[in-house]
Amino acid sequence: MSSSHRVRVSADVDGTRYVDDVEPRTLLVHHLREQLGKVGTVVGCDTSNCGSCTVLMGSADGAQHSVKSCSVLAVQADGASVTTVEGLAGPGGELHAVQQAFHELHALQCGFCTPGMIMSAVDLLRDNPDPSDAEVREGLSGNLCRCTGYQNIVRAVQSAAAALRAQAELPEEATV
Amino acid sequence: MGFGRMHRKEDARFVRGKGNYVDDVQLPGMLHGSFLRSPYAHAKIVSIDTSAAEALPGVKAVITGAVLETLNLAWMPTLSYDTQAVLATDKVRFQNQEVAFVVAENHYIARDALELIEVEYEPLPVVADAKQALAPGAPVIRDDKEGKTDNHIFDWSAGDAEKTERVFAESEVVVAEDVLYPRVHPSPLETCGAVADFDKVTGKLTIYSTTQAPHAHRTVYALVAGLPEHKIRVISPDIGGGFGGKVGIYPGYVLAIVGSIVTGKPVKWMEDRNEHLTATAFARDYHMRGEIAATKDGKIRALRVKVLADHGAFNGTAQPTKFPAGFFHIFTGSYDLEAASCDVTGVYTNKAPGGVAYACSFRITEAAYLVERMIDVLAYELKMDPAELRLKNLLKPEQFPYTTPTGWEYDSGDYPRALKLAMDMVEYDKLRVEQAEKLSRGEYMGIGISFFTEGVGAGPRKHMDILGLGMADGAELRVHPTGKAVLRLSVQTQGQGHETTFAQIVAEELGISPDDIDVVHGDTDQTPFGLGTYGSRSTPVSGAATAIVARKVRDRARIVASAMLEVSPDDLEWEKGKFFVKGDPDQAKTIQEIAMAAHSSLELPEGVEGHLDATTVYNPPNLTYPFGAYICVVDVDPATGQVKVRRFIAVDDCGVRINPMIVEGQVHGGLADGIGMALMQLMAFDEDGNHLGASLMDYLLPTSLECPSWELGETVTPSPHHPIGAKGVGESATVGSPAAVVNAVLDALKPFGVRHADMPLTPSNVWRAAQGRPIRTDLAITE
Repeated sequence: MSSSHRVRVSADVDGTRYVDDVEPRTLLVHHLREQLGKVGTVVGCDTSNCGSCTVLMGSADGAQHSVKSCSVLAVQADGASVTTVEGLAGPGGELHAVQQAFHELHALQCGFCTPGMIMSAVDLLRDNPDPSDAEVREGLSGNLCRCTGYQNIVRAVQSAAAALRAQAELPEEATV
Repeated sequence: MGFGRMHRKEDARFVRGKGNYVDDVQLPGMLHGSFLRSPYAHAKIVSIDTSAAEALPGVKAVITGAVLETLNLAWMPTLSYDTQAVLATDKVRFQNQEVAFVVAENHYIARDALELIEVEYEPLPVVADAKQALAPGAPVIRDDKEGKTDNHIFDWSAGDAEKTERVFAESEVVVAEDVLYPRVHPSPLETCGAVADFDKVTGKLTIYSTTQAPHAHRTVYALVAGLPEHKIRVISPDIGGGFGGKVGIYPGYVLAIVGSIVTGKPVKWMEDRNEHLTATAFARDYHMRGEIAATKDGKIRALRVKVLADHGAFNGTAQPTKFPAGFFHIFTGSYDLEAASCDVTGVYTNKAPGGVAYACSFRITEAAYLVERMIDVLAYELKMDPAELRLKNLLKPEQFPYTTPTGWEYDSGDYPRALKLAMDMVEYDKLRVEQAEKLSRGEYMGIGISFFTEGVGAGPRKHMDILGLGMADGAELRVHPTGKAVLRLSVQTQGQGHETTFAQIVAEELGISPDDIDVVHGDTDQTPFGLGTYGSRSTPVSGAATAIVARKVRDRARIVASAMLEVSPDDLEWEKGKFFVKGDPDQAKTIQEIAMAAHSSLELPEGVEGHLDATTVYNPPNLTYPFGAYICVVDVDPATGQVKVRRFIAVDDCGVRINPMIVEGQVHGGLADGIGMALMQLMAFDEDGNHLGASLMDYLLPTSLECPSWELGETVTPSPHHPIGAKGVGESATVGSPAAVVNAVLDALKPFGVRHADMPLTPSNVWRAAQGRPIRTDLAITE
């Protein structure tokens, strides 16, 4: 039943602190979309299968991991830090390596799975910077795509992985 | 510049989460609507009590069928000249049918209110099995229709039945098989939805909706709601996939409009996945009996098909008016036959409406699947290699343009070349050796071929219309003074990359960079009339319109350039991006210079108005007929029924490729559909009409794990009648691939004496087939 009972939620989303009173039943994805205007994160199903709503979430000072925000209550995000696809690009708008690779390797068509797919890929590459194709497929198996047949997504994630590894190596090379 | 691999312009917003899909639309004061749906497949509505729902704080309106009746909106016309209940009044006719609509401050409250509506139903006997729909005494589903005493919708035939009969009678070999193409669902990742905003002061209705055909929707709203067409603006923003599921008009769109009129506020309706799967357009559900006649050495002579088409409770099938079974009569495929005929009977059942969707090109999925399955059935009986049988019967390049026994005129094709290329890519002979070796070790591997001919680009308006709207499409091109251009189209991308590829067509014709060309689509106030995107018709129809409108602009540019250079237009020669004086290439004017001059005080010849723009309406002379050769390799474990798709080779020929990168992406996506339909996807029903594929827990879509790395090849056989030689391609892979997968699995099961089993070939169905007990997959009513 609808309830006027609300709970204060304080969360960092894409680097900004938001404090809101939300109903305990409100799903995180709806909170992000409807309260915070973060409509880049979308809803594709009602059974936690499709992964379109994937965002990164962690405790304020801990590591973030991908979650399906349709299966998290907004109140559970109290004290958390959340990154959505809208918070991924750099301060000057420069694309994250995964975003750039998705564009260059045509890993998106309608674009609806893309935000969740990109967030899952970012999480995957943090855990495993040099995955095999099979590991990429396994790592993204919680994200459905209806347009691409996945192959260009796998290629994009591999390309992003290579770019990120090169980035990570840069400071070392610079000191040599 | 022009044709070739070009990264997509639309990506910039999508990879940043800055797309603008319907559910992203937020308007001041916007309310949210949600449906109460029927738990029964067939039941009389005795009473509806909405009082408790109306009393819930935050609820603004509860709309029932009785309310709609007062507005004459309880029923709406379908794309097949039938009627469909917007909200059920007399009875419900399929599970999850719309019964009432709540409008509330937010969708949580709307959902709460649904729980408070009391409906008393009186259950009625259910028709869940299409094969029982015409049985004597079957419950009559459409008793709303005056004098309707059965569940028959239509009979439709094509081909020369008499001649076909004659060829069958004198043929050495005749093989028959029952082939079901089960009910599936396109299931784009974004469901259907709308935001309706009726402005009482101006009388203008703006509706943002998930539509593949915004102009057709506007006309239908005008006809249904009685609103004047110039006061209706349909905006189809970014669409999260369509696949044919967003062609028709759903009750949710109508209720969002009614809700907005009733409350005076914008109303959003966004369905969830369960609603989408159970109540929007399904695909297929063709029960086919195929018969193939041949000589003993494998020359195919004739094909005959009887189809029982399950259309659900309302005939809402989307297809050109004269074609109640779509283009199914292209079922003779890629082969040179003496005769063919088909009979299609459509029936009502207690299921959701639909039929034509999911990249089917108006039932060509069914047609291609039927013929490619029958070829393999014949190969099984003749103990012939299915590749050899196909090579023996494929149409030859010199036969084009080729008129089929059912009347299609194929534009162009070089079929043997494409099949041989696919066979070379997969190393077919080696694979057969490997298969034999594996079998001797007790391992089951299968190789499946599908060679298909598509028919896309509907279509010539003399023969093809939807609800009386001829299938021609407009295009408008305007070049601004500084040489930047705006192209306005009637088609509506749902991810196919139109914003990029249509800019490439203009770039190819005018030499303006694609980055300087904005493609506007999806807004009926901003774009010329046309029928929208489905049936892979965008490139054949609007692609042609775009090339032609660009050529019209070029013709104007020639006159302007001749005035600038003070020579006769005939003395000018075009080189991409500029006109120059014949024999004096230094005397040239670029398209940008011409654009500025066209807007300047330059004196132009009598009758030339200046500016640099043009409009056109393209009425295609024929469809385009892309084709493809697909080969699938699977490993099957008969003990568990597990199928692993090891390789998939796809050679597509869609004529000239505007953007090969985008074509390949289209093919990849369609191939995944083939894996999904062949191995996983199914909407089955139990005998009470309960929907057994109502969520993504049960209706399985392929993930990255089930899809192999696709191996693509191409040949290029341009369409002779198309301005740039391009054919449609978007649906080819969905049309062509299921048969390749099924043929591969059944090839692996050949040692078990399995000639045919129906999709989806899930582990349990494969296991059953290997046991010699294949089942009908569409019903949970088992033996």
